[in-house]
Amino acid sequence: MVHYILRRLLYFIPTLIAIYAVAFLLMHAAPGSPFVQEKGMPPEVLEARKAEFYLDRPLWQQFGLCAWDLVTLRGHQSIRYPNRNVIHDILIPAFPVSLALGVCALGLAVVVGTAAGVASAARPRSLIDYVSMAGALIGISQPSFVIATVLMAIFAFALRLLPVGGWGSPSQIVLPAVALAALPAAYIARLVRTGMIETLSADFIRTARAKGLTERQVLLHHALKTAWLPVLGYLGPAAAAIFTGSFVIEKIFAIPGVGQHFVDSALHRDHPLILATVLLYAVMLVVFNLLADVGYAWLDPRIRYE
Amino acid sequence: MSDRPPASALLCPVAALRPAMSPVALAMRRFRRNRLALAGLVVLALVLAGSLAGMVWNEVALARGQTEPFRTPLAGIHPQPPSLAHPFGTDPLGRDMLARTLMGGCVSLAVGMAAAVVSILIGTVWGITSGYAGRGADTVMMRIVDVLYGLPYILLVILLLVLFAEQTTWVRMVVLFMAIGGVSWLTMARVVRGQVLALREAEFVQAARAVGSGAARIIVREMLPNLTGTILVCATLTVPLAVLQESFLSFLGLGVPPPLASWGTLASDAIEALNPVRVYWWLLVMPCVFLGATLLGLNFVGDGLRDAFDPRAR
Repeated sequence: MVHYILRRLLYFIPTLIAIYAVAFLLMHAAPGSPFVQEKGMPPEVLEARKAEFYLDRPLWQQFGLCAWDLVTLRGHQSIRYPNRNVIHDILIPAFPVSLALGVCALGLAVVVGTAAGVASAARPRSLIDYVSMAGALIGISQPSFVIATVLMAIFAFALRLLPVGGWGSPSQIVLPAVALAALPAAYIARLVRTGMIETLSADFIRTARAKGLTERQVLLHHALKTAWLPVLGYLGPAAAAIFTGSFVIEKIFAIPGVGQHFVDSALHRDHPLILATVLLYAVMLVVFNLLADVGYAWLDPRIRYE
Repeated sequence: MSDRPPASALLCPVAALRPAMSPVALAMRRFRRNRLALAGLVVLALVLAGSLAGMVWNEVALARGQTEPFRTPLAGIHPQPPSLAHPFGTDPLGRDMLARTLMGGCVSLAVGMAAAVVSILIGTVWGITSGYAGRGADTVMMRIVDVLYGLPYILLVILLLVLFAEQTTWVRMVVLFMAIGGVSWLTMARVVRGQVLALREAEFVQAARAVGSGAARIIVREMLPNLTGTILVCATLTVPLAVLQESFLSFLGLGVPPPLASWGTLASDAIEALNPVRVYWWLLVMPCVFLGATLLGLNFVGDGLRDAFDPRAR
């Protein structure tokens, strides 16, 4: 197992280089320059600005220099926010915010989704099955900005129970976490329900019941372990996406997370920030996919990695 | 399995050996027995019919020399709540919401279908080639998919849209379709490739190879019929994701250019018009009900197809 993890970690390097290269080339293939908004700039100033961002050098040198800034974690000045380092002044303050919100949201999604899935699989076609699946369907069938706004309208404006937005106090996490959790919770509930229904007809469940185990033990200790495997496959990419922030939720609830930078950096051609966010997401993705694969082996002893 | 052999098989034992129905026909029969999936299909048909009716309505108005109802401002004070004259109410610019919602349906459904078509075309070819070729080609092609997966898709979409931002409305619409389709074929490629890897070792494929069938014949005659279910399910489940993605882009202001509308732009406009003093609920509810019904219908049909094509589903 240790061997497998080490080999996977080694594989990260070419994968990350390839992702970086594609992002770099895409960024340069898009027409226009990051400085289009600064029209009327004297040519010498424009040249100096370009030199600051290595844009006066051949492409291969830019490729290396930009990568070096990120690999050494030294970072580079942002184009959109002058005098702010993309790593130290932008991502490092913003990432913990998104991470905290994401952990709350994903934790909520896992707990609620699993509970709803198990409850509805234990009694298919019962009231609880219909109620939890209807809830899941709302999560799947509406865009997150609609869910977030409706939650805000009800709980912040009409009932005045929770703050409208902002960041800092625990009560400000509730609404964005629920809005962010809606879609993953719905997916997890459906995955768990399908997995449980399939697992409950397996032979080892009949054995467990024949041994005289309580229904609770059968469901939670025996069936859920197997039924949860597809959820792990979903959680790898989902965790990477949620922990790196959601543009929509952060914008609606005015949360200073990293989600906004993914969109704004691309819209404003902020090259250093684009590359930094892309690498942040890529690292999260490979790490969580590895964790999901390790989780498979832990949940299902039949899976062995050589 | 309740698939009893036909009566003729009892009279003539040889007939029982003949495959009475193709796998696709069997799956379709199972699908027809799934009430939830059929309900989803009915809802989808209704939404599609409504959207097409909206299109006809626009064309009729054009033919009469008027402007299309979805972009015609009406006289009076707006927005108005639903009434007999305007069952879905009107928007702040005085345009009929029924016309706009139906028009939005055309755009949203077109986005979804375009994504499905792109993912079928690119994803299937990519997945079959990768899985069938195996070895080095497989590794390289799947690594490419991994790398594209590793990019935040929003970056791809925004850069593509920025690339064509100066073009006419129609070019931008096509680019929007392509951008959403371009990020939705990856799942299809992975799923199809996995299926092809399994099929490659199947006995009937080895038998075909043993009697000298070429690669093209094996892929088209032996593999494709067995891939139909997988492709169909994956494509059906791609549509709701693409429709949601379009609504996300609308929220960013990168959706279809006005005065055109999609359910996503309508919902995001409604949210912009939302304020605690006056609640224009109909602006949000109408497009969201249509969007929700469509996505639910698609999910039910997708799940129904998966159950119908999955032999273990029973």
